[in-house]
Amino acid sequence: MVREIRYPLKQRDVEGLKVGDVIRFTGTLVTARDKAHQRLIELYKKGEKPPVDLRDGAIIHCGPIARREKDTWKIISAGPTTSYRMEEYTFDLIRQSGLRLIIGKGGMGEKTAEACKKYKVIYCAFTGGASVVAAEAIEKVENVFWLQELGMPEALWVFKVKDFGPLVVTIDAEGNNLTEEVIEKAKESFD
Amino acid sequence: MVETPDFLEDAVFLLIKKAVTELPDDVVTALKKALERETNEVARLQLEIMLRNVELAKKLQHPICQDTGTLIFFVEVGYDFPFKKEVEPAIVNAVKKATREVPLRSNTVEPFTGKNSGTNIGRHIPWMDWSFVEGDECKITVLPKGGGSENGSALKMFNPTVSLEEVKRFIVNHVVELGGRVCPPGVVGIGIGGGGDIALKLAKKSLLRPIGDRNKDKTVADLEVDLFERLNKTGIGPMGLGGDTTVLDVRIEVADRHPASFPVGIVLQCWVDRKASMAVTGDGKVIW
Repeated sequence: MVREIRYPLKQRDVEGLKVGDVIRFTGTLVTARDKAHQRLIELYKKGEKPPVDLRDGAIIHCGPIARREKDTWKIISAGPTTSYRMEEYTFDLIRQSGLRLIIGKGGMGEKTAEACKKYKVIYCAFTGGASVVAAEAIEKVENVFWLQELGMPEALWVFKVKDFGPLVVTIDAEGNNLTEEVIEKAKESFD
Repeated sequence: MVETPDFLEDAVFLLIKKAVTELPDDVVTALKKALERETNEVARLQLEIMLRNVELAKKLQHPICQDTGTLIFFVEVGYDFPFKKEVEPAIVNAVKKATREVPLRSNTVEPFTGKNSGTNIGRHIPWMDWSFVEGDECKITVLPKGGGSENGSALKMFNPTVSLEEVKRFIVNHVVELGGRVCPPGVVGIGIGGGGDIALKLAKKSLLRPIGDRNKDKTVADLEVDLFERLNKTGIGPMGLGGDTTVLDVRIEVADRHPASFPVGIVLQCWVDRKASMAVTGDGKVIW
C-alpha cells in the first residue's frame, strides 16, 4: 500500500513509517545539493535564516534542468542526485532546520540515521535517473534562490509537487538504514 | 562538396540529443529482463519506474536523467576524411547548441571556484578522444557520463604477483561498497594493464560495447562472466535497495603491462547507459 503524506509534516506523519515502505509526497519541496548545504549550514551558524523556511518541510537532493518560459520556470528533468555527498552536512541541517523529509538516492550514512532517530525525520529514495517521472509530478516552480551565485544545478529551487514518488523509506525515524543493511548483507555473502 | 558547411554541427547536435533522450535498445531489453526475473518488490518498483521514465523521455524528447553528464566524444577519423579540420569546431558548437536547445544541464564548473560556464564548454571539456583509421569516413560516438557513477571510478596498482582471485575480490568489494550511489544496475567497465591512465581509459572505452558483448580473448571473457555472476549474487539490487540484479554487464579491456605493475582501472556506468554513434561519409552523408 502506498501512503500519502503532505506538507507541513508533523512527527506523527513520519513516525509510523518503516524502511521499505512506499510513500508519495504532496506540497512544497525544496532542492538542495552540495553548495546549498554548505551555504545553509553557514547561515545557521551565523544565526541567520535561509531564504525559505524548512521547518516541517521536505528537501530533495537534486539539481534540475529548468527552462525559462516568459516569467515562469518549467522543469524539464529533476531526478535525485547521490545523497552520500551531503552526509557531512545533514546532521546539522536536520538539527537546525527542523525539516522532516529528505529525498535523494543511493542511501545515506550513520550520522544521518542518528539524526533521523533523534529528531524524527525520514530519508526516502526516489529512483535515480528517473528525472522525467519526477518532473511530471512538479506542478510549478514557486521560487528560486541563489541562482546567480550557484548556477542552475546548485540553486535552491522551491517546487510545488503533487503525489511525488514513489519514494522508498530508506532511513526511518527509528534510525533503521535499508541501504546500509543491504551492503552489510552483501559483504557477508562473499566474505 | 554539396553539403552546407553546417551539416556536421547539425549532425553532432542530433547525436547528442539522441544520446540523452533515448536509451539504446540493448539496455532497455536488459532492464526488461531484469524486471522479469526480479523477486524483490522494492526492486521491481525501481525497475518499473526506470522503464516508465525511459519511455516518457523518448516520447517528450526530454533528457532521461537531469544529469546529462560530462560529454565525452570518441572520434575515429579516416585518413582520407575530407572534413578533418571541421570536426572539432562542429563538436564544440553542437555542445553549446544542445545545452541551450535540448536542453542539457550545464555541468562544466571551474575546479576551484565552482563557477559554472553555463555552456558545457570548459578547459579540455568536452573531452575528445581521437584515433585514426583507414578510409574516408568519420565515426563519432558521444558518451554523456554522469557524475554519480563517475564518482565510483577507481584505480588500483597491484603488485605483479597478485592472484586473479584477489583482483576479482577487489572489484566485487568496490562495487558492493558503493551500493546504490552509482545508480545500479549499470555496467562495470574494467581496464587491466598498460599503466594507470591506460587502465582507466580502457575501462571507460569498454562502456561503448553493447550489453552481453564478450571479449574475444577467452580468458578475459571468462573473467567478465565470473564477475557478472558474482556481482549479481550480492543482492545490492536496483538503486542499492536490495534485489536480484546489481549489474547489467561487466566488460574488461586488456593491455599488456610493465613487468613491475598490474594496474586495474574501474569505471562504472549507471543504469542510464547512454551513448550514440554516427558515421559521416567522405561525401557528407550521415549514417545513423
